[in-house]
Amino acid sequence: MKPADKPDPEAETTGLPGLRTWRAVYLVVAGVFVTWVGLLWLLMKRYS
Amino acid sequence: MTPLDYAVLFVTLLGIAAYGAWRTRDRRDLNSYLKGAGQTHWLAIGLSVMATQASAVTFLSTPGQGYESGIGFVQNYFGAPFALILICIFFLPLFRRLNVHTAYEFLGRRFDAKTRLLGAALFLFQRGIGAGITIYAPAIVLSTVMGWSLDLTIVCSGLVVIVYTVVGGSDAVSLTQRYQIGVIFAGMITAFFILLAKLPAGLTLGDALTVAGGFHKLEAVDFSIDFNKRYTFWSGILGGMFLALSYFGTDQSQVQRYLHGSSLRESRLGLMFNAVCKIPMQFFILLLGALVFVFYQFERPPVFFNQTVWNREVQHAADSKLPAIEQEFNAAHAEKQRLIQHWLDARHAGDATAEAAARAQALSAYDRSEAVRGRAKDALVAANPALDRKDSDYVFITFILHYLPHGLIGLLVAAFFAATMSSKAGELNALSSTTIVDLYRHVIRRDATDRHYVVASRCFTVFWGLVAIAFALFARMSENLIEAGNIVGSVFYGVPLALFLIAFFLRRIGGTAAFWAAVVTQALVITCYFTLSIGYLWYNFLGCAACVLLSLILQAVIGGPKPVATATA
Repeated sequence: MKPADKPDPEAETTGLPGLRTWRAVYLVVAGVFVTWVGLLWLLMKRYS
Repeated sequence: MTPLDYAVLFVTLLGIAAYGAWRTRDRRDLNSYLKGAGQTHWLAIGLSVMATQASAVTFLSTPGQGYESGIGFVQNYFGAPFALILICIFFLPLFRRLNVHTAYEFLGRRFDAKTRLLGAALFLFQRGIGAGITIYAPAIVLSTVMGWSLDLTIVCSGLVVIVYTVVGGSDAVSLTQRYQIGVIFAGMITAFFILLAKLPAGLTLGDALTVAGGFHKLEAVDFSIDFNKRYTFWSGILGGMFLALSYFGTDQSQVQRYLHGSSLRESRLGLMFNAVCKIPMQFFILLLGALVFVFYQFERPPVFFNQTVWNREVQHAADSKLPAIEQEFNAAHAEKQRLIQHWLDARHAGDATAEAAARAQALSAYDRSEAVRGRAKDALVAANPALDRKDSDYVFITFILHYLPHGLIGLLVAAFFAATMSSKAGELNALSSTTIVDLYRHVIRRDATDRHYVVASRCFTVFWGLVAIAFALFARMSENLIEAGNIVGSVFYGVPLALFLIAFFLRRIGGTAAFWAAVVTQALVITCYFTLSIGYLWYNFLGCAACVLLSLILQAVIGGPKPVATATA
């Protein structure tokens, strides 16, 4: 199979409302991670 | 446990196992037996991936970790979201396009047969041990506190898993995991709310977190760069990412779970579900442990949480120091409880100076009571040197048995066994698939019928199940149980990951250079583990980096760029 014939896996639809591309999905996941670390840090600072 | 608890336990576990076996009893061809019917929804994939990773050790031992060392262990999972993103981008599309049954098939197509066999052999070795730990870890704790026979607990729980995994293959594993993870979550959430309800009247959640934080149990994030610390933000991000990349990307027990998806989208969303949920899930379980710690500041804890061992030693040694130490501990606990109450009273009164002074006194009292606990453990070990000093794995189950109502005790014990079964089923299924695809069909019997391979696959499932049971029957471990599993993984995961990264990104490197680099690096990592004292998470990164570097050097020595195999083109 030639590279030109292959469907681009990143071009496949995500089927998620508001998140059309996989790049957007990955950014949201990274954002969720940053949020969790921030919340854990706040919890630690608040109660330690 | 009462008859009600046993009824809940057996109906839940056997019901799920029987349902899974019955629903998937017609799997006759190798493809559907190993990869399922290929119609799995992303949520089912996500839950299956989660259930395979989260064994009973996760739910039994992690609260003990939170109780003893605080919630810093959550950093272990910081690299997981990024690893899962990388797998979605690079690993998953290729696995699906090549329609492989195992991850190691890909190594064979990209490199050569010997590298494929090496990848499969490393997986079979470390996962074979891992399956033994999966079944041993909860059995040792549950049999001790319940008074059951350890051997019988291991054999019974192992055999049930073997039966439904043999009958239904990969689909049976996925189907049962969905219900098992439901039972696990129901049990853990119920335990959390009962724990909150059992805290002393007038003690708010804020007070409980203040006490936990005051005793350094909420130190979740450590940004210091110290290679000797087991868990820091950096070891979690870097070492944890390599561990997760290797586990989710190259360990067949996980690869098999997400290859089930009806499309690339379903597989990706299943992994992203885990990328989002993993950290909060682990945080929740650790927080449960930290709150059990708070609970036991107001309720007198046993001086040694493995009460079966304690009571036995007290009864057997007539001139034992243990009763006197226990009395001393009780007095130290009462003093500590009084000082913690002063601390909270000062906090409620808004007197910051008095609060700081009372907190310092409470911490001193805590140190004194811990010193008594340390002496109790010394006395136990002096009386019986074969005993394990660590009792943190018994903390959560002790709380459950003493403070949960009957019926719910059965549900929680069912949750622990469900976690064992879900995890072990995934492992057995993967061990069998790798043995049949990468060894038996590839090396021993190349052109048999599909039916022959399904029968052989079932036989290998039984074989690996019995190996896991045998390992569990003879295992003796001193580490915290969840750490034992992660240590084995960290020592053996770096090299297979390197093989996959070389395959994806370093197309000039051929099979011979990759193979010998992997062999030498694995030997080095094992040697370093037994001679150095760095945090084990770093071995994921170091093993991977060393293997990649060595393969580059070897390829330069061997000479000439190698042609790129069609598998990656």
